[in-house]
Amino acid sequence: MDGVAVGSLYALIALGYTMVYGILQFINFAHGDVFVLGAWVSFAAAGAVGLSVGDQTAVPAWLVWLLGAVSAGALAAALYEFVLRPRLGAGRPPATRLTWPLAGVSVVGWGTLLLLVATRGVVAGGSHTIAGGMILVLAMSTCGLVGFCLERLAYKPLRSAPRLNVLITAIGVSLLLQNLGQLEWMFGTRPDRMPTLVPDTVLFRIGHVPVRLVDVMVVATALVLMVLLDWLVFRTKMGRAMRAVSFSPTNAALMGVDVDKVISFTFVLGSVLAAAAGFLYGQKYPGLNQTAAAGWVLLGLKAFVAAVIGGIGNIRGAMLGGLLIGLLEFFAVQYVPEGASLRDIFVFGALILVLLVRPSGVLGKAVTEKV
Amino acid sequence: MTLPTPTARREAPNPLMERAAALRGSGGMAAVRGVAPVLVALAVGLLLHFAIAPQLPEFYPRVILDIGINVILAVSLTMVNGFTGQFSMGHAAFMAVGAYTAATLVYYGSARLMGTADFASARAHAGVLSTMLQGREAAFFTLGDGIFIVALLAGGIAAAVCGYLVGLPSLRLRGDYLAIVTLGFGEIVRVIIQSQTTDTLYDVEVIKATPWPKLMRYMGGPVGFTGLPSYTSLFWVWSLTVVTLVVAFRLKVSTFGRAFLSIREDEIAAEAMGVRTTTYKVRAFVIAAFFAGIAGGLYAHTIGIQLNAGELAFMKSFDIIIMVVLGGMGSISGAAIAAGILTVLPEALRRPPPVDLPWFLLVMAAAWVAALLLIRRPKWWLIAVTALGAAYAWWQQPTLASPLMFWTVAGSGVLILLFAGRRVPGLIGLAIAVTCYIGVRSAAERAGIKLSDYRMVLYALALILMMILRPQGFFGVRELWTAWRVQPLHPRRSRAEGGESGTAGRVPTA
Repeated sequence: MDGVAVGSLYALIALGYTMVYGILQFINFAHGDVFVLGAWVSFAAAGAVGLSVGDQTAVPAWLVWLLGAVSAGALAAALYEFVLRPRLGAGRPPATRLTWPLAGVSVVGWGTLLLLVATRGVVAGGSHTIAGGMILVLAMSTCGLVGFCLERLAYKPLRSAPRLNVLITAIGVSLLLQNLGQLEWMFGTRPDRMPTLVPDTVLFRIGHVPVRLVDVMVVATALVLMVLLDWLVFRTKMGRAMRAVSFSPTNAALMGVDVDKVISFTFVLGSVLAAAAGFLYGQKYPGLNQTAAAGWVLLGLKAFVAAVIGGIGNIRGAMLGGLLIGLLEFFAVQYVPEGASLRDIFVFGALILVLLVRPSGVLGKAVTEKV
Repeated sequence: MTLPTPTARREAPNPLMERAAALRGSGGMAAVRGVAPVLVALAVGLLLHFAIAPQLPEFYPRVILDIGINVILAVSLTMVNGFTGQFSMGHAAFMAVGAYTAATLVYYGSARLMGTADFASARAHAGVLSTMLQGREAAFFTLGDGIFIVALLAGGIAAAVCGYLVGLPSLRLRGDYLAIVTLGFGEIVRVIIQSQTTDTLYDVEVIKATPWPKLMRYMGGPVGFTGLPSYTSLFWVWSLTVVTLVVAFRLKVSTFGRAFLSIREDEIAAEAMGVRTTTYKVRAFVIAAFFAGIAGGLYAHTIGIQLNAGELAFMKSFDIIIMVVLGGMGSISGAAIAAGILTVLPEALRRPPPVDLPWFLLVMAAAWVAALLLIRRPKWWLIAVTALGAAYAWWQQPTLASPLMFWTVAGSGVLILLFAGRRVPGLIGLAIAVTCYIGVRSAAERAGIKLSDYRMVLYALALILMMILRPQGFFGVRELWTAWRVQPLHPRRSRAEGGESGTAGRVPTA
């Protein structure tokens, strides 16, 4: 059951890797760190709403100031765009590309803070399960914001650069997130314990395998999110735009798709899913390591392996790959002698095997290269 | 007029062949060409070890040693990532293979040959060549040295064999898939080493009674290989660094190397011209793995290092890749310089350099002016702002070392790099970056911010900015001696850009 639970978490993270790869053809190494950020943000949020077992953390003042500055910027840009520019006459450059992102960031940011306050009320009312759901949403919106900013600030200037440069930038962003998280005024360098929101009860047994409430919660949440994503990608207009851009950005742009918007949206979507995975991981394994710990990086890498095994760029493949990797890992731990120390070998061995036999992954389509 | 018959053509003197023969020289010349690099390498090693290291303060020789090891690593990775344009992300794994092979051979080999595994005792210890400790009385060359150099070579060969085994199947894959496979391979090497037993054998009798294949299991596992002698000295490191550099330069200009470069430029075209791409890629991979293995052996025996596979995981691979990309893809001197900078930078961020150095600022100011004049369309407003700022600072306090001057210098440096970063020649860009750093450092110090807390954050930020502002690295594909030329703003776009090959921005080869 651990395998299924962790596998569905891998699947959630793998989705972010695979969506970004599908559209931009680059491995977003910082994605694993967004996942870690999700776990730590939900820890901080739990502390801020009064759920933490340890020290209480309040919302840091600098965050509010930063948000205020962004909102002020948005306001200024909007003033220029809608009040000043029409008066000054044509010829002045429009500021829409500045206004909307800033406005979006400030609206979501203030919304998150409001939600935080609301959650505090819910916790005071004593309903921990609802509070858990709200913390999940909090972590998701925060990481969505972070993902949006990362894409705009770090990756967008490199849109036409060689892919290796983008890859190095991703590594740089990953280092940045890890080490920012370690600063004293962020999460510090000590491991912490996530407050668990559901009681540790065994619901029922399949054979002799106990099925815990946490596992059910993790799998159910992950499933709901994945079904939502599947609907979003295959049934909505935005999803169609995403698929069009991943097929060919140039042609999609010619057909009137706003490629930049779609890419931003993809990053936000991936980060949101990673944040959810982070929260759920914290519920499953409450001991949270510091943000730069090697274990986190390894988790992110395994999720990436899942994406590759399922066929990178393929959304349903990532879900399948995640489950496969999770099951493989825990079967290895269970049934292979010394499996616990060799579990990573199975994961990476499977990766190499799949790549050598079927480089496009289990569900991927082979791409023939034209000369 | 009749066309020459094929036989006539064959007999006709071919000017190209003649030139090639003249260049190749006689047997004597060839021998000189073969021996000279070794002599130079030995000379550099001896000079550093005996003449320069004793003059330096305590901490510096160690940093120079680390630079040497990193230069070997970066230059060897350049042969794969830079020359052939393949993207290998498991370079640290070859380093680990070399390190563990060398360590096992040295540790257990010494125990068998010299009858002791206690390297603190004088009997087992190597001569003066192989120690970082100053003023130790010992023989010039001992059995320990012999074991060490054999172990280093064995480590290199073991890594090369691994490189062949990994490369043969995986180099048929292209682009990102190769990167992923090498990443996976690196992890597998690490896990295999870490899943061995945690013990190291100490008792000489037990070691002598245990056959070699069994000894290979006692490498410390997750705890790390303890009790290794610290043989690695400036002499070994820098001799081997020079050898690596010479091999890399000669490789680059050889027929062999041209085939590598052709794969980087366009794999399909290279194949069409008769270059067996997979074969050549595997060759590059094997050569690179060999040198990485040697660097690993050197690393394992560095003083103060506990050999641990966890240290040689993907983060180490990333470090090496970053050096290669910062230096410029395919630029050997660029990779070497980037390796040097990236080794010194974290240390420099840890210990503040002295900031009150007017002469240093003067040199930098010269670099500044050169940069401003060399960019094809000089940003006049930038020059004006810098000049005004400097004049104001001078007027306020007539010294080059005032805080205001630092702010001006740093600020204008940031502006230059932001607005003209892509076009400033590599060395000058470097100089400006260094000044910016010193300016920010001193400014932060005066503001009471402890910069050392932020060192990794700053490092990450610098990396991201560098990638955005100067995607081609310090030197592009050029070398140090041609890097002063102004880089074109828009490098020729290759057809394969954004496609299969993962090379950095292409600028016409110098």
